[in-house]
Amino acid sequence: MTMIDLLRHDFVQNAFLAGTLVALLSGLVGYFVVLRGQAFACEALSHVGFAGATAAALLGVNSLLGMIVFTLLGVLGIGILGKRLRHWDVEVGMVLAFMLGLGVLFLSFYTQNATAAVNVLFGSILSVTHTDILVMAVASLLTVLALAFLFRPLLFASFDPVMAEARGVPIRWLSILFLVLLALSVSEAMKVVGVLLVFALLVIPAASAELLTHRPFLTIALATLISLISTLGGLILTFVGHWPASFFIVALTSLFYIAALGIHGLRAPRRHHELPHPDREVFRTD
Amino acid sequence: MFSVLQYPFIHNAFLAGSLVAIVNGVLGYFLVVRGLTFAGHALSSIGFAGAAGAVLLGIPPAYGLLAFTIGASLVISTLSSETSRRDVAIGVTMTFALSLGILFLSLYHGYAEMAYSILFGTIVGISQNDVILSAMLGLGVLAVLSVLWRPLLFSSFDPEVAEVRGLPVRFLNVFYLVLVAVAVSIAMQVIGVLLVFALLIGPSATAIRITDHPMRAVALSVCLGLVYTWAGILLAAASNWPVSFFITAISFGVYLPVRLLAGQKRARFPIKQLGKKSVTILDKE
Repeated sequence: MTMIDLLRHDFVQNAFLAGTLVALLSGLVGYFVVLRGQAFACEALSHVGFAGATAAALLGVNSLLGMIVFTLLGVLGIGILGKRLRHWDVEVGMVLAFMLGLGVLFLSFYTQNATAAVNVLFGSILSVTHTDILVMAVASLLTVLALAFLFRPLLFASFDPVMAEARGVPIRWLSILFLVLLALSVSEAMKVVGVLLVFALLVIPAASAELLTHRPFLTIALATLISLISTLGGLILTFVGHWPASFFIVALTSLFYIAALGIHGLRAPRRHHELPHPDREVFRTD
Repeated sequence: MFSVLQYPFIHNAFLAGSLVAIVNGVLGYFLVVRGLTFAGHALSSIGFAGAAGAVLLGIPPAYGLLAFTIGASLVISTLSSETSRRDVAIGVTMTFALSLGILFLSLYHGYAEMAYSILFGTIVGISQNDVILSAMLGLGVLAVLSVLWRPLLFSSFDPEVAEVRGLPVRFLNVFYLVLVAVAVSIAMQVIGVLLVFALLIGPSATAIRITDHPMRAVALSVCLGLVYTWAGILLAAASNWPVSFFITAISFGVYLPVRLLAGQKRARFPIKQLGKKSVTILDKE
């Protein structure tokens, strides 16, 4: 069967649509995730979504809705726990571990647990339905609109929170609002690559782009391009090679990251000054 | 309920679980102090790829686990020194390894069940041999830690001064991650790769909130880990719910009140102080 024949199938079209939707979103959201140093929060939110998806399977509702509800609750929890979001990684880690445990509990109630678990954990892009696409499209549109509206204050607050706060930008609200948008995006991305690999779609393209340029718009455009190529390329390779789509997508984004790291290393070194940032983990161990 | 306790597999579970709790309690303290929570999570997830690869090749999972987690800890150390964004470097390594894991398993028949037992552990299926192997590795890790205790503590709290004093800080960073890798591999059969993390940070994050003294914090974290594990196994045996759920739920349930009560008065984390200092400096400008 050639590629063209395959494209006539409903599930293939759905897979490509879902992949495109998520890829378009991930460049924009991922840029802020990387800028705000919230990669670990993104990872944790996806595990919160795992509990959501398994709870949804147990109740017999759409898994996407379950993920969205749980990740939104997770954001609320993180927002309450991390007052100034200082040493945030421990709080995030505790929530992550608890949610995984909860997900395992829900799965143990559910009879077909092993297959269901693998689908949630590693994605099942070939089983995306029309309803899922609809929910994803609405969520993407809302997220992109909200981010377009918040773009300048969010950028300011991410680069220089202290100055932004002094200028009267409500940084606490912005950070919670951004986490809400992140929760929506994570839920969508989980449909495509699964809980364990959301990081690859949401963070790696933006992180690679950020190694190559410092301009916000260029970074976002580059990140979107990288995630589009990886997602669609991964899907095509899956139909050709019959290996899991998640593997190809992640392998492609990782390749882009390694390449970006190489290019970054080749260029003349520029002094990098880490700005003081209360929301960011500051590592100085080496 | 107590009739279950007579079965040998429960004895093995208790032995292996206690061992994991002790090793992770000690290592977890440094993990939290060094701000390496994400690395701990990543290394445990990476174990999945190792175990899956071993299953595909038909060798014991422990070898695959050790190879992948130790390899990953070296990759994470090198990548982190290349960029200023350490968490991204950790995440890239982790997701790539996980995707390799799913590839390995998809090449293997009966893949869903296998993935499930690797991810969430099979504590009741632990054999005598597994217990002996984990005991040897665990004692090895503890012995190394007791030798490196002082330099590791010094370099965790004040890496710059430690480097000036001639400590091999860089080597210690890498070596510490390798130790975590070994600990994760031991713990995997007990609670599964995804939940090793719960025993790594849960007890120590709570202990650090209660006391600042390193020795006391480590002792407390080991005690808490043991209590969580025993309570988890007992409750699981009594109720038929998964062990890992009980362990994570108890650990979160203890952490939350401690965090809320202790959060107000203490600000002792080195990371926290660093953040505060830079903010106050900026405020004055």
